[in-house]
Amino acid sequence: MLTVHAARERLRRREVSAVELTRAFLERIHALNPCLNAYLTVADEAALAMARDADARMARGEDTPLLGVPIAIKDVLSTRDMRTTAGSKILADYTPSWDATAVARLRALGAVFLGKLNCDEFAMGSSTENSAFGPTRNPWDETRVPGGSSGGSAAAVAADLCCAALGTDTGGSIRQPASLCGVTGLKNSYGRVSRYGLIAFASSLDTVGALTKDARDAAIMLRAMEGRDPLDSTSVEVVPIDVAALDESRDSLRGLRVGVPVEYFGSGMQPDVAQRVREAIDHLQSLGAAVREVSLPRTHLGLPVYYIIAPAEASANLARFDGVKYGLRVQGRDLIATYMETRGAGFGAEVKRRIMLGTYALSAGYYDAYYIRAQKVRTLIKRDFEQAFNQVDIIAAPVSPTTAFPLGSKTEDPIQMYLADVFTLPVSLAGICGISIPCGFDRDGLPVGLQLIGPAFGEQRVLEVAHIFQQTTDFHLQKPRLKGEP
Amino acid sequence: MEYEVVIGMETHVELDTHSKMFCACSARFFGAEPNVNVCPVCLGMPGALPVINRRAVEFAMMVGLALNCQIARHTFWERKSYWYPDLPKGYQISQYQRPLAYDGWLDVDVRDLSTGNWSEESVRRRIRIRRAHLEEDTGKLTHVGDKSYVDYNRSGVPLLEIVTEPDIRSADEAYAYLSALQQLVRYLGVSTGDMEKGAMRCEPNMSLRPKGSAGFGVKVEIKNLNSLRAVRDAIAYEIRRQTALLERGEAVQQVTMGWDESRGVTVVQREKESAHDYRYFPEPDLPPLEIDDAWLEDVRRRVPELALARQDRYRRDFGLSAYDAVQLTSDRAIADWFEQVIAAAPAGDLRARAKAAANWIQTEVFRLMKANAIPNAEIASIKPQPQQLAELIGLVEQQVINLNTARQVFEEMFATGAAPRAIVEAKGLAQVSDVDALRQVVAEVIAAHPSQVQQYRSGQEKVFGFLVGQVMKATKGKGNAQVINRLLREALKP
Ligand SMILES: [Zn+2]
Repeated sequence: MLTVHAARERLRRREVSAVELTRAFLERIHALNPCLNAYLTVADEAALAMARDADARMARGEDTPLLGVPIAIKDVLSTRDMRTTAGSKILADYTPSWDATAVARLRALGAVFLGKLNCDEFAMGSSTENSAFGPTRNPWDETRVPGGSSGGSAAAVAADLCCAALGTDTGGSIRQPASLCGVTGLKNSYGRVSRYGLIAFASSLDTVGALTKDARDAAIMLRAMEGRDPLDSTSVEVVPIDVAALDESRDSLRGLRVGVPVEYFGSGMQPDVAQRVREAIDHLQSLGAAVREVSLPRTHLGLPVYYIIAPAEASANLARFDGVKYGLRVQGRDLIATYMETRGAGFGAEVKRRIMLGTYALSAGYYDAYYIRAQKVRTLIKRDFEQAFNQVDIIAAPVSPTTAFPLGSKTEDPIQMYLADVFTLPVSLAGICGISIPCGFDRDGLPVGLQLIGPAFGEQRVLEVAHIFQQTTDFHLQKPRLKGEP
Repeated sequence: MEYEVVIGMETHVELDTHSKMFCACSARFFGAEPNVNVCPVCLGMPGALPVINRRAVEFAMMVGLALNCQIARHTFWERKSYWYPDLPKGYQISQYQRPLAYDGWLDVDVRDLSTGNWSEESVRRRIRIRRAHLEEDTGKLTHVGDKSYVDYNRSGVPLLEIVTEPDIRSADEAYAYLSALQQLVRYLGVSTGDMEKGAMRCEPNMSLRPKGSAGFGVKVEIKNLNSLRAVRDAIAYEIRRQTALLERGEAVQQVTMGWDESRGVTVVQREKESAHDYRYFPEPDLPPLEIDDAWLEDVRRRVPELALARQDRYRRDFGLSAYDAVQLTSDRAIADWFEQVIAAAPAGDLRARAKAAANWIQTEVFRLMKANAIPNAEIASIKPQPQQLAELIGLVEQQVINLNTARQVFEEMFATGAAPRAIVEAKGLAQVSDVDALRQVVAEVIAAHPSQVQQYRSGQEKVFGFLVGQVMKATKGKGNAQVINRLLREALKP
């Protein structure tokens, strides 16, 4: 398991070159990806060129936290000269001419891009089974899903097919797959990282973040991407993450007030998931944290609210895929037929379902009853968290009610699939931050995640707590046994 | 039965900013090669995000203020969803629930110009403005054979939609409203207002009702109007068409008509269609727009005095005719130039000086500008400065030169930019007012024309003009006409 900071250390000490490191990862990808299907595009040539460039920069004495470090990118983030499909047939052959801001910032720091990672189509899903290019498999059990929508990112990090991966989280798409694949996944506060170049799903909820092997890498990746971007009017200037402060943080949590939301431990939870999360909270307490119950009474409204707002925004965001300017075009007998046949052939079932849901919610006569009401409840959900954070510094909760489920087990029942995100949706609706870190395994040996939730722009504290947790546990160091591992 | 027309006007004004509404591309699309002023944002590429053009917002605020509107202090953007190939995102970023400006009015002077002659008489009408909101323009489709081509140069150009209340009551009023609006945006410098180039597009909707009734008839929209004239002609035509229908006892259909300029008729463009559901919702990619006091005041200071207010002032303070006032305010540059001439003039009879300045501008200045193909808006670029025209007017007033000489001097000023006094001195154009010198010339003329003198003395008054002309000729036109008159009459006394 090569973390970003370990890779950087080895590169800095000249134990390995960026080209050697990149070659090793590419070899491993070619060996393991045919089974896992984590990568949709492996950019051998481009990656090696970037690695050579990084080696040259190092030879000139340059040093950045990411120089020469091989990473990979979820396929909803625009990459110049690299196909960007969003997991959709409608963009199967689409290559942007420009980088997303997050990607551009990593490129400027000298990171090496190994390729593009699988995901649910337009990031809509919780299992990566909605990808038009086949599902990704969970490295811990290849008959199971990796979670989603950043399933390719979580699987690639878990299987050590990159040092770290970019993902996006709209309703849990970083945290849930991180939990199901036993890696660290930080969902940033809305606006902390620019969305420019992220193929939009739900604009008021979309966030860009990283899936990593530990909390320190999560801090390094965030530090590299965060901050105001003039191209994204919803991005904000923030106090930058202090990565060094993580190393200085004591191994004690004395003085930290941890809240445990009663609503997150109801029925429908897999018992050993609840058990592992409770043990993790006990561990926080043993490190000196003061643990108390808090209430987030609108938790149960997160799902219905999310499934109005997100599809509503998506229905407009996806209107641009009309076959006129780029992507797939299926020529019909007239303009309307061309629209219908292009979109009919280009979009998968879940995307169509959400476009219909969203179109309905915005229609005349329904708008007030659905969209406006959902926005009001969204405000109440936000207020729940604000009130909780008046009492505690951080909230500890499960990420997902279950561990990784078998491929195909929920594809026929969208509601069951939506429930996989029931503990991550409220955080997204509130625009605050949350991290998923490994906290044990279920009785089948599948990873369980602990969600640490902080207030808006409270990433520093969340990362420090996660770091201390990882300094005193070894769940994040466990590796899946992979078939065909070289 | 007598019918009354009720007209509401929806006008789109393209704002003349350097860059587009939500990206840095040039907004100057006219005449450009297709698809050169484009970027990921205005092409609606996946992942591209809009960024508000502050200048476009300010332009819209200026128009709102000039239209006496309330300015929304907290407003936001909305997505208006519909499908068309010239709309790259599948939605237009617009404002629906809370327009940037609302509840205003525009006063216009309506003149009966049906005789083709100028009318000093006019009726002042107040057209209420319901709302004015900002949005982005679409691209443009061109159809060639069975293929369609789309050009996105215009996509994202800032557009201001201005909607009136149904206050317009005739084709002449519609014409007056639109030309006043066109003049307003030009005064503000926020749009070319050029209808032929599509920088200002208007869609009147109109209905007829029995005169005196308060209800509304069936509404008909008119499209494809590319000039002020077309608007007036199309409305006049529609009034005649609908009146004829109603008089025959037939019903007016709710349709969209298109104006056929060449045939001078309206034709049905679209039958009544089911109401569009645009599924408006707040644009999540843009923060709400907050307009604080400081910003509003800053913009308010940039709104100049408009044409109608200036016309009223010129007539009241300078005693100008309506015609002169309208001519001088037709263009803000002309009006500004005119006022600079007046400001530069020395103390004296303000009205006389204003009248002189008005005459000079409308005759010599316009004549020479036209001859040199200088548009009115560029009057500031002509060589004579307004202060110099004031000086020239002063020279005439002080009888240093006469009006004919002054015209020659102005031509010289226009050609070289030299100061009037310098020209007068260099060319020795000052009037000869020296009584002794002129008395000498008069004596010579009388001596040289004994028979004419005889005729005058015998009562033929008209010969006097001939003798004055002879004296003028002898002084090469520089003689002071008043002095010559006096001396000649004295000398001719029997
Ligand atoms: Zn652009």
